[in-house]
Amino acid sequence: MSDPAITLYRLQACPFCERVVRKLHEYDLQYRSRFVEPMHSDRDVVKRHSGVRTVPVIVDENTGVTMAESANIVEYLDATCGEHGVDAAAADATVAGEGS
Amino acid sequence: MDLEFDVVDLEEPAHPEEGDTAPDFTRPLVNDEYWEDVALSELTDDGPVALVFHPMDGAFPATYIWNELRDRDLDAHDVTVVGLSISSPYEHKTLIEERDLADRDIRFFSDPANGVAAEYGIVNDLDGMTGISEPRPATFVIDEERTVEYAWAADQWPDFPDYDEFEAAVERVSE
Repeated sequence: MSDPAITLYRLQACPFCERVVRKLHEYDLQYRSRFVEPMHSDRDVVKRHSGVRTVPVIVDENTGVTMAESANIVEYLDATCGEHGVDAAAADATVAGEGS
Repeated sequence: MDLEFDVVDLEEPAHPEEGDTAPDFTRPLVNDEYWEDVALSELTDDGPVALVFHPMDGAFPATYIWNELRDRDLDAHDVTVVGLSISSPYEHKTLIEERDLADRDIRFFSDPANGVAAEYGIVNDLDGMTGISEPRPATFVIDEERTVEYAWAADQWPDFPDYDEFEAAVERVSE
């Protein structure tokens, strides 16, 4: 399998996570799903990446961005991929090229 | 086992043998912190794999098998050690915790629909549990080319891996 740049830490059936998934699909972005435990105290892997134990969290290796909170993530994805209806692959390449 | 009666024979398994290519598959692979889809071929790209099909988590053979493999430090060899059962990722997390595997290099594929066992020719339909089948106990050592270096599958029910043979095969590929 290819190694997608975006990793999504998610909890099964979490509506905030599904909201992010819908946005990732909307922009046809490749991502890797990592499912974590319902118990916050068992989510050290999320804490190590983001500093918090809440999900969703995305890690975008293209931009070096790690982000929690679904509203923030949706805003971020809209900002990086949503402008002018550019196609997701092109947006990815642009972001990577800028190294922002 | 030393019993006063014959245990149940299973049909001849039709699993890949030494020299065959192990069927590739992708399933959620569970560690002590999270699970994600992983292909067997991704693991073999990194080196040999010791693949252990075991009865569902919580059944005593699963407990015995993982206690034994843990105590033998199978994961200390230069191989990737993975289990596979029909149990859900949540149950695998419990198995990892209860068998004290959190700090070990051992992960578990979750395959509730038992499709991987079908690919490997080792389906075990469970009498008295209508609608549930699982892999029969089986152990494979698979090299970087995904070639089977060692294969064993139970031909009785219940049955347990030949741990010495399995460990010797793991030692051979990790030299």
